[in-house]
Amino acid sequence: MPSEEVIFQDKVDREIRIEPKDWMPADYRKTLIRQISQHAHSEIVGMLPEGHWITRAPTLKRKATLIAKVQDEAGHGLYLYAAAETLGITRDEMVDQLHAGKAKYSSIFNYPTLTWADIGAIGWLVDGAAIMNQVPLTRTSYGPYARAMVRICKEESFHQRQGFEILLVLSRGSKEQKAMCQDAINRWWWPSVMMFGPNDESSPHTAQSMKWKVKRFTNDELRQRFIDICADQVKVLGMQLPDPDLKWNEETQHYDFGPINWEEFWQVVNGNGPCNKERMTARIKAHEEGQWVREAALAFAGKMSSRAGVRG
Amino acid sequence: MSIAYILHLADNALVLGHRNSEWTGHGPILEQDIALSNISLDLIGQARNLYQYAATLIGNGATEDTLAYLRDENEYKNCLLVELPNGHWGTTIMRQFLFSAYQHPLYERLSDSNDENLNAIARKSLKEVTYHLRWSSEWVIRLGQGTAESRAKMTDAVNDLWPYTQDLLLHSPEEKEKWQERVQSIFKHASLNIPADVKMISGGFEGKHTSHLVEMLNEMQHLQRTYPGVEW
Ligand SMILES: [Fe+2]
Ligand SMILES: [Fe+2]
Ligand SMILES: [Fe+2]
Repeated sequence: MPSEEVIFQDKVDREIRIEPKDWMPADYRKTLIRQISQHAHSEIVGMLPEGHWITRAPTLKRKATLIAKVQDEAGHGLYLYAAAETLGITRDEMVDQLHAGKAKYSSIFNYPTLTWADIGAIGWLVDGAAIMNQVPLTRTSYGPYARAMVRICKEESFHQRQGFEILLVLSRGSKEQKAMCQDAINRWWWPSVMMFGPNDESSPHTAQSMKWKVKRFTNDELRQRFIDICADQVKVLGMQLPDPDLKWNEETQHYDFGPINWEEFWQVVNGNGPCNKERMTARIKAHEEGQWVREAALAFAGKMSSRAGVRG
Repeated sequence: MSIAYILHLADNALVLGHRNSEWTGHGPILEQDIALSNISLDLIGQARNLYQYAATLIGNGATEDTLAYLRDENEYKNCLLVELPNGHWGTTIMRQFLFSAYQHPLYERLSDSNDENLNAIARKSLKEVTYHLRWSSEWVIRLGQGTAESRAKMTDAVNDLWPYTQDLLLHSPEEKEKWQERVQSIFKHASLNIPADVKMISGGFEGKHTSHLVEMLNEMQHLQRTYPGVEW
């Protein structure tokens, strides 16, 4: 009889999805809980920087589109919390970990949204980088996660197109609008490039995650793909990416790019970004102020079911 | 139907949609954050349809956006109830309920209107409003019955909002009776009381607003006012 571990790895190798009731290594479970909950938290915290512009969106159509987008992100958070729950953790536990600072979320959301153009830049670059990261996850080895990602990726690509279109209108607009557009690209470019995580040589878990097919491509592979695509798209906008070293390389058939400021990356990851505190304060405030609502809903549900019990 | 009345309906929908959208990302329960955002989207969609219709009657280059973004607060014709700050979740729920209980019979009636455009908008919106009314009614009952704390909060919400209910119905006398019936019945289920001897405040239709609307429009109209005449 082969061991459970061997059966598990064999399934993974043959691209058979692992489902909640299947045996899985404890570390696989742990890795997935960390990764999926981190992803869920990112969706929820990510609602804040963009939500900031809902009340100031410049047209009714833009306002409606932005509400719908931020609402989609809430939906993504929901699917992902549900996927993580199949691994034996509750949404409450995950949310508590986030608020206690024990769980991370994507650092990109610790940057501020200063102008309307930021809404475009986030859609184009941040949702764009998310798609690049997430499309391979639709084939990740854990079934519930892979299925959640299918739905999420569809919506993310819609967000990306909307974001690009916001920038396109600005890029063809007044002098001020053009400047706004370039400024937003300048501020969001490098943080987006960093969304793929540390370089492969400083990413110790990559090998194991690849073997488990939790990950399909390395950070650097995905980053290069993202840069190649954006370097072409930015031309349509008639704008520039803020990287003087960005240059097409005939030999590699990829764009070369300049050094990444990893010092900044780790600063933000470790809580010292421009908005880390603000984001957590907002989430905790919403949670605490909602406490009485959740308690009332629970109490009411209890009353209803005990009434139903008497009747039945 | 007069242009003023159509703008009144549009402004009601926009201002409440805007207020509700301030909750997006800050709701007490993720599922309800999504639900209220949905209601926001419905209301803003209704506002856009109504403004577009009004714009065709007004002419002169009016569009949904000139009507929403370039009118001052004294030209806004919404009822005062919708412009009040959100308060806590209970106040938001109560306001939505009081409003939906008015909007539902209103759109029912307008679904039979001779005005073809209004008729079409009302028919399209009625399904949405039916959901808003059901959702908010359920929450009024849930919070009215939930805990001592939630009950106290809902009682506060009723007391805070009740002075604005006359203004809500002032220009829709046809809906008054149905509104009263609905409110009484849901309050009964929620064990909430209608406050007595309340001093009523009105004037929204005539453009006499609270400072809350001024603040709201300052924020909402900021970009259009700062960079006039460009495309977004
Ligand atoms: Fe998302
Ligand atoms: Fe995402
Ligand atoms: Fe997105």
